Amino acid sequence: MSASDLTSESPSFDITSASHQLHRAPFEGRALKSGFLTGLTWIMAVLASVPLFSVIYMLLIEGGSRLDWEAITALPPSAFEMGGGFGNAIIGTLIMVGIATLISVPIGLFAAIYLAILDPDSKLAQTARFLAKVLTGFPSILAGVFVYAAMVVTMKSYSALAGGVALAVLMLPTIVLAAEQAMTTVPKKMKDAAFGMGCTRAQVIWQVVLPTGMPGILTGVMLAVAGAAGESAPLLFTALFSNYFLSSLTEPTASLSILIFNFSGMPYDNQIELAWAASLVLVLIVLVLNITARFIGRQKF
Amino acid sequence: MNAIAETAAVEAAPTTTFGNTVMDCQVQKIFYGDFLAVRDSHLPIEKNKIIGFIGPSGCGKSTVLRSLNRMNDLIPVFRFEGKVTYHGQDIYDKKVDPVVVRRYIGMVFQQPNPFSMSIYDNVAFGLRLNRFKGNMDERVEKALNGAALWNEVKDKLKNSGLSLSGGQQQRLCIARAIATEPDVLLMDEPCSALDPIATRKVEELMLELKENYTIAIVTHNMQQAMRVADTTAFMGVDISQGSRTGYLVEMGATQRIFEDPQEELTRKYVRGEFS
Amino acid sequence: MLGEPWHRIISITSTDPDRSPARHPGGDYALDRGFRGIAWTSAALILALVAYIIVEIGGKALPAIAEYGFGFLTSTTWNVQEGHFGILPEIWGTLYSSLLALILGGVFGITIAIFLTQDFLPSRLAVVFRTIIELLAAIPSVVFGLWGIYVLIPMLRPAANWLHEEFGVVPFFGTSLSGPGLAPAALVLAIMILPTVASISVDALRQIPYKVKEAAYGMGTTRWEAILKVMLPTAGSGILAALVLGFGRALGETMALAMLIGNSNQISLSLFAPANTLAALLASNFPEAGEVEVQALMYAALALLAITLVVNIVGLAAMKFATRKFEAER
Repeated sequence: MSASDLTSESPSFDITSASHQLHRAPFEGRALKSGFLTGLTWIMAVLASVPLFSVIYMLLIEGGSRLDWEAITALPPSAFEMGGGFGNAIIGTLIMVGIATLISVPIGLFAAIYLAILDPDSKLAQTARFLAKVLTGFPSILAGVFVYAAMVVTMKSYSALAGGVALAVLMLPTIVLAAEQAMTTVPKKMKDAAFGMGCTRAQVIWQVVLPTGMPGILTGVMLAVAGAAGESAPLLFTALFSNYFLSSLTEPTASLSILIFNFSGMPYDNQIELAWAASLVLVLIVLVLNITARFIGRQKF
Repeated sequence: MNAIAETAAVEAAPTTTFGNTVMDCQVQKIFYGDFLAVRDSHLPIEKNKIIGFIGPSGCGKSTVLRSLNRMNDLIPVFRFEGKVTYHGQDIYDKKVDPVVVRRYIGMVFQQPNPFSMSIYDNVAFGLRLNRFKGNMDERVEKALNGAALWNEVKDKLKNSGLSLSGGQQQRLCIARAIATEPDVLLMDEPCSALDPIATRKVEELMLELKENYTIAIVTHNMQQAMRVADTTAFMGVDISQGSRTGYLVEMGATQRIFEDPQEELTRKYVRGEFS
Repeated sequence: MLGEPWHRIISITSTDPDRSPARHPGGDYALDRGFRGIAWTSAALILALVAYIIVEIGGKALPAIAEYGFGFLTSTTWNVQEGHFGILPEIWGTLYSSLLALILGGVFGITIAIFLTQDFLPSRLAVVFRTIIELLAAIPSVVFGLWGIYVLIPMLRPAANWLHEEFGVVPFFGTSLSGPGLAPAALVLAIMILPTVASISVDALRQIPYKVKEAAYGMGTTRWEAILKVMLPTAGSGILAALVLGFGRALGETMALAMLIGNSNQISLSLFAPANTLAALLASNFPEAGEVEVQALMYAALALLAITLVVNIVGLAAMKFATRKFEAER
């Protein structure tokens, strides 16, 4: 082959020259560009991990120094008061996340069973699946607005219940989609084997599909719980806040995230320190849930 | 990679001498991790000839072929010991850029793999990569003609390469490979995903292409090797060491390999006694 | 098969043989029916929930829609005493901050996706790095807000004020950064959407069959030529989906913005000026709003709902398109 069109334009990749030179030219433009882009990618990757480490560092330094028994058990201090803590906020967060889990897990699980097994290609299943995906991108503050309109206005009070429902709205799509995914990955031959032994649908689902898909389902649930624990926007005007320990589910309730929000803007060092300490506790809760979820998810059947 | 530049001639080298050798592949050992995939094989490749690699599955014929343009570098655990010279230079030399190697030594794969772009852009891809500034349309047409595809696609060059049938896709990949006019064309079971009619077309194409290119083809189909290859290399599997290691059993003119093999193993294989 | 994605092997849609339940004893049959009914109701609840959300927010916004009409979307005042309400500055701030975050978070997110999928790291390190990026997504918004106030803003301020003094004529640097403002808000927003963009882009890049990568290297591309000329265009619609969904997430993000953007009812090009977003407006005004203001806030919530719904549906459509493309190719 002797057409030499390539020769004049790109001397370093002269395909047709007699020498058939294979050596790389170190300062050739293409090699330089490749090296430059690789370097840039590494720099950007390192940069992207800086915020996480910076946040964790600050939490440990600022929050860790204030984290003691009083901080996690006492009530929030008022403006010029020293000491205090966020015991009621920890309890409030746990209670509201608990309410949200109690509501969203059964509904989410049954909906996922419908989507994954009972009638995956029906109109209802397709629509529900699509809307669940849309809801995962739903701004969390709008869950708060919705529950405010639907519950707070009618009950005429901010409450832990309203906060829990708002969090449930946000957890539901995550649980549905994760559980559906987990159940569809159960091998068909397992289900066939169970049907072959004369099981009803309910029995197959209950005794084969759910246990086999359980790691995936649990992962989804725990990730949803972790997300809900860290949420603040939907609680702002559903649970509001309270400076006291919870005595009833129908009254305003404190939460860690709202406490951080309120204290972060205050001009008092004591409150700001507590905001960092509360952040540390919140991040610990979220990360422990998150990492446990990953650990469970890794166990394959 | 662990190329050893000063490799002594491999012992099992066939005695036949070849003139006008473009590439000379002397494998000592090819590893994937700890697994010895191929050992002791000497395969000279002559200019403007088609060399066919045949042998039972797992004999390492694709591995050897992919070592000829360093495609195996994509696999992190791959390790090559030996020497592959191209016009006298060892392509596994430390100073050699595998990217440049692949521009001289093109490749067509088992599965047709056009890019998700137009037919025209697929063919022009390599030319643009080389900053070709001549008449692009002309070169694209030439390459598509060379791949016997021009008449079928000349009115739809803007269509996606993926819209073509399997056989057409494979010929598009050949056009893409020859557009930059490489020196050697490696084909890794290029017809295994094609129907008989498309296979026939690709085979005819190979016979035409050999006037300008040197072709090495891996095939699992002995009839195909008989139809197109000038030289045939038969590779076998050695299971004596407990794992399956491929090696060159014998190599020679295609007619001789099929009609008068020197080795018992070759005789059995070409008679279809095992596969 | 080399490079064969595992999910191809196990993504079997379950279509169980429809067995006649009548063969089973009566009790089981009723149980089966009841079970099915509960599942059906739960699935239908998702539809009902979305409908209820739209009706509830829309209904509560009706008085404000009747009162202010479309002028609400183009008016710039928010005055409770005089009853003038308009959300143009908030729409501007929402779009501006999200766009800035998208540019930054998008560039970083796609780069990270390339970094994770194109053999830059040994697979074990890639898993570690991917976990770091995913944990970034787990940090609560309000913690990022706190970090923004006490770490990011003090860090940005000298640089911002230098830019303002030296290049103040450029509209983007038209003001100094006195505290909260658009730049820190957009930066935190970028950090928050980075994991979304990265993980969807990773999936898009992983969907590309191994043979495409082989073809690129076989043509003699360098690694970056393969990435830029083959891999990214091939994953194009999936990456588009990543960007759109990341944008959607940025539009609706609330707490970090409410803490960092300054909640100021103005329209400015300056990166260092305080601004406001729809979500932040809701967060800061809702708790203490009276009846009339709540109606106006409901109208603002409806606007936010409409914007995010449209963006998310576009993103999901792009994602579906991307997945289909590869299914067809196989």
